[in-house]
Amino acid sequence: MSHLSRRHFLAGATAAAAAATISVPRVHAQKKGGTIKFVPHADLKVLDPIATTAYITRNHAYMIYDTLFGTDANLAVKPQMVEKFASSSKGMKWSFTLRDGLKFHDGQTVAAEDAVESLKRWGKRDPLGRLLAAHTAKLAPVDKKTFTLELAQPFGLVLEAIGKPSSNVPFIMPARIAATSENEPIKETIGSGPFKFVKDEWQPGNQVVYVRNPDYVPRQEAPSGSTGGKAVTLDRVVWRYIPDHATANAALEAGEVDWWENPPLDFVPKIEANSALATFVTDPRGTQGWVRPNHKHPPFNNKKARQALLYIVDQPKYLKAAIGVEKYYRTCPALFSCGGPFESAVGAPGKPDVEKARALVKESGYDGRPVVVLDATDIALTHGAALVTRELLSQIGFNVDLQSMDWSSVVARRAKKEPPAQGGWNMLFTWWIASDVINPAVHAGISGAGDGAWFGWPESGRIEELKVQWARATDKAKQKQLAEEIQRVAYDEVLYVPFGQWVLPTAYRKAVSGVLPFPAPLFWNVSIA
Amino acid sequence: MLREILRRLVATIPVMGVVAIAVFALLHVTPGDPAIIIAGDYATADDIAKVRTKLGLDKPFLTQVGIWLGGIARGDLGASIYSGLPVTTLIKQRAEATIALTLLAMLISIAVGVPAGILAAWRRGSWLDRGVMVFAVSGFSMPTFWLGFVLVYVFAISAHWLPVQGFQSFERGLWPFLRHLILPAITLSVVYMALIARMTRASMLGVLSEDYIRTAFAKGLAPRRVLVRHALKNASLPVVTVIGLGFALLIGGAVVTESVFALPGLGRLTVDAIIRRDYPVIQGVILVVSGVYVLINLVVDVLYVVLDPRIKY
Amino acid sequence: MASSVPALRGELAVAPAADRPGLGGRTRRLAGRHPTLALGVVVMALIVLSGVLAPAWWTGDPLEMRPAERLTAPSAQHWFGSDNFGRDVYTRTLYGTRVSLIVGAAVAVISLLIGTTLGLVIGFYRRLDTVMMRVMDGLMAIPAILLALALMALMKTSVRNVIVALVIPEIPRVIRVVRASVLSLREHTMVEGARALGARTPRILVRYILPALMAPLVVQATYICASAILFEAYLSFLGAGTPPHIPSWGNIMAEGKTYVQLAFWIILFPGLFLALTVLAINLIGDGLREILDVRG
Repeated sequence: MSHLSRRHFLAGATAAAAAATISVPRVHAQKKGGTIKFVPHADLKVLDPIATTAYITRNHAYMIYDTLFGTDANLAVKPQMVEKFASSSKGMKWSFTLRDGLKFHDGQTVAAEDAVESLKRWGKRDPLGRLLAAHTAKLAPVDKKTFTLELAQPFGLVLEAIGKPSSNVPFIMPARIAATSENEPIKETIGSGPFKFVKDEWQPGNQVVYVRNPDYVPRQEAPSGSTGGKAVTLDRVVWRYIPDHATANAALEAGEVDWWENPPLDFVPKIEANSALATFVTDPRGTQGWVRPNHKHPPFNNKKARQALLYIVDQPKYLKAAIGVEKYYRTCPALFSCGGPFESAVGAPGKPDVEKARALVKESGYDGRPVVVLDATDIALTHGAALVTRELLSQIGFNVDLQSMDWSSVVARRAKKEPPAQGGWNMLFTWWIASDVINPAVHAGISGAGDGAWFGWPESGRIEELKVQWARATDKAKQKQLAEEIQRVAYDEVLYVPFGQWVLPTAYRKAVSGVLPFPAPLFWNVSIA
Repeated sequence: MLREILRRLVATIPVMGVVAIAVFALLHVTPGDPAIIIAGDYATADDIAKVRTKLGLDKPFLTQVGIWLGGIARGDLGASIYSGLPVTTLIKQRAEATIALTLLAMLISIAVGVPAGILAAWRRGSWLDRGVMVFAVSGFSMPTFWLGFVLVYVFAISAHWLPVQGFQSFERGLWPFLRHLILPAITLSVVYMALIARMTRASMLGVLSEDYIRTAFAKGLAPRRVLVRHALKNASLPVVTVIGLGFALLIGGAVVTESVFALPGLGRLTVDAIIRRDYPVIQGVILVVSGVYVLINLVVDVLYVVLDPRIKY
Repeated sequence: MASSVPALRGELAVAPAADRPGLGGRTRRLAGRHPTLALGVVVMALIVLSGVLAPAWWTGDPLEMRPAERLTAPSAQHWFGSDNFGRDVYTRTLYGTRVSLIVGAAVAVISLLIGTTLGLVIGFYRRLDTVMMRVMDGLMAIPAILLALALMALMKTSVRNVIVALVIPEIPRVIRVVRASVLSLREHTMVEGARALGARTPRILVRYILPALMAPLVVQATYICASAILFEAYLSFLGAGTPPHIPSWGNIMAEGKTYVQLAFWIILFPGLFLALTVLAINLIGDGLREILDVRG
């Protein structure tokens, strides 16, 4: 490992945390009311949290929907909408009972049927959901408040799946809305969450408005992550989308906005130096960056060409270009994130070796065709990674065609399975929060399902086998061993190459308090002076 | 005269027709596909095809044109592919900011540009003249956003006199409304101002050398009276032309200015829509904006007649 | 070609020391009578030189990233400072000159060529006129920047496509100017005479009308060039201009806009170069217009 040690990294994270006024989450005794103006990291375009894994949609969904289970600050899954649950027959049969007082925004009481339909819809899209659905024999309501889940085969992740914190989250919607085909976006925004969506004031590209749901009954426990009591203090939450970072920064300093979700790291030192502002690392587990080759088309359909990538991704170089501020990043060889339960360096590449990479490229029989690299210029981290990659690929003999566009266009383009010359691509860059890569079941990149896998479509029967074994393993030691084997194969096949791990602090005016540590910004428990 | 106006109004219809078809054709010739984004991250090719059918994107080109034009006749510009909101609603939401910005910028430009041009012409060859001309040329040589950033830095960030960004609707009060618009309007007006100043000067120079002006001066009339009542009136024609044609420049500048100051206007709406290939929104906004531009030029044409009764169409 | 020497109306007269015949003397007199034109030409020359000879002016590699030196203020090592990837802003600004100038010149030349040809044809043939002018009016009703943006959104970002996207909105405007002149010249006695002698249309167009158009077209070309350079900057600012790994003033500023408070030099210098270049071109256009006594 490089000199960017874990200690250095955590020091940075805690330093950032210490610089903030984090209040211990309190359920009572907070100033009531007020409006908070929040600058989100992206514009809310799609309202359906099942149709997309986009974090902005997930964040929106946390406002207006509720979940059966949540994940707390220590990654433990705890019940949220569920009053009591039990498993029997060696974990093959589960029963869940909803708690009292749950109502949708249109006044209807939340019923077991709503939960079942929502889970079914989620299970058609989300990879972990699909895995669960594949192991499920029967999922049905028993009465108005209880439903049961019967497994066909053993599955060790039932609660982890239902309590999944990040995309896609199994939010609970009215059955009639959840009945919408998974190929169509939902039309209504009725949930049972602590906030209501004010559709009349929604201006796409500019602002999203939520108001407190006065009928929401929070749990009694203190809030932690997405578990516990979601007691809302604020009256109104306004998300103002300000695409220009300098403008957002100036707005925060001037007090025109109260909370900025993701200030680029270059602004953070200045924000920290400002006595009216505070920063806070809401997700110390961090985010992982990916260099993802396309396994479907040449040159990266050839294993040797892919392996050349392992020898050029110099993590410190990437991190400096993509993230910039050392205090907030670290190198990390673990595909399941450093600091997570399955962290390991097994199978990871050694020091960068340009000569070896060149040799591998030659051995692969590369014919000189252009390598289409997608560069989202509006996301600083992917843009930095793209520029570094272009340089490195050229050095080892690839003919690079760097295509620059905005992130939405990358999202559209990455779905194309055609050859690069016909609108496809050879390489792209992306990032996932640690919770989304923390184990083989949730990790979208660890899949050998070919066309059914995440963009890049690697084919590896071995990976698929190992994943199922992992999901069925109940012994922690066996899980660890399987995870390491999966990582070894994943690196050997080069499903993707991680380019490092970083944390992103959020920034807000000191008048704001009660911000909870969680990968998504949560607005309950938050109050503004 | 009324008949003339009506005739010209009718003549704008084929022009708008061309705009409509050109914009439609432009977008649908494209390889970009909004269906992919809507269908979601896990969509298979089948799913995407289903979405395309639902959006009507798989129908033949002419059919789509027909559907769209039919909708326009009913006042229905379609709905955004992403948000599902009707295009007319989106335009209504965003129109106020853009209209306010453009009008204010136009006012400032005329209020500063015309007098500057008159003075420059009157004091031809002097330092005032040179100063005005240099200012004018610099004005439309500078990139709008650069000026915007400079102004924001000086007046908003350093001095805290004015807000950095955002827009306050007029109904919330006149002063907040103006406060948020001053910097963007000034930024936007500089280009326009420069053009108007130049045109006014050139036109005034032509008029000032006429005999009847010299007579007026010789008669002892106050300079201001001569300049405004006699010279300006006759020089105004080209100036009005520039105001009309320059409107397109204002729209273009508005797109960039709205981005710098985070104003929720039509410019940003269009840019977002273009990047995402939200066809109905792009088509709707460009159609509306072009329509307004055509109308403004119509007004300009009418003003010609008012200002110079010698002109008959 | 009408080239009258304008009367000295209020312009500063130059001392007759420059009265000697010969190119040097004539140039000096010209410069004296049109100081702004002279200034424009000098500035332009410097900028063109800086672009053409970019590698020679103590520059480095415009693409080289030195992340360790990111966001440093102007200093002896980085004359214009460095950007967020550690690239040297001075080098990139100078190389950016090339792209901006190429775009400006290409757009001016191409739109002029296409626009003139079409304008000549449309102006001369009455039947085409009404239909085509409606179409042109329609195209001109769409604000140029929105049209250019929409075009860029269709195509991959590249310098060539930026040129195409900027040429297309210009063409109707050139056609309009050309057509206006053609319409008035069409009735000129000279043309009538040529027709009487049996000259065919294309010949008339080329031999008689075209030369009369040269002056206004040259002036128009300078304005198109200036506006194209500005528009390229706008397109890049909105994210739809030259690809980021090819430095152009527009995209250097686009990438630097995030850092306007932290590292304003990234926007400052390309912006200055851009403003000066466009200013110089406009001054040249104005000066040419005076010399050629053209009424725009």
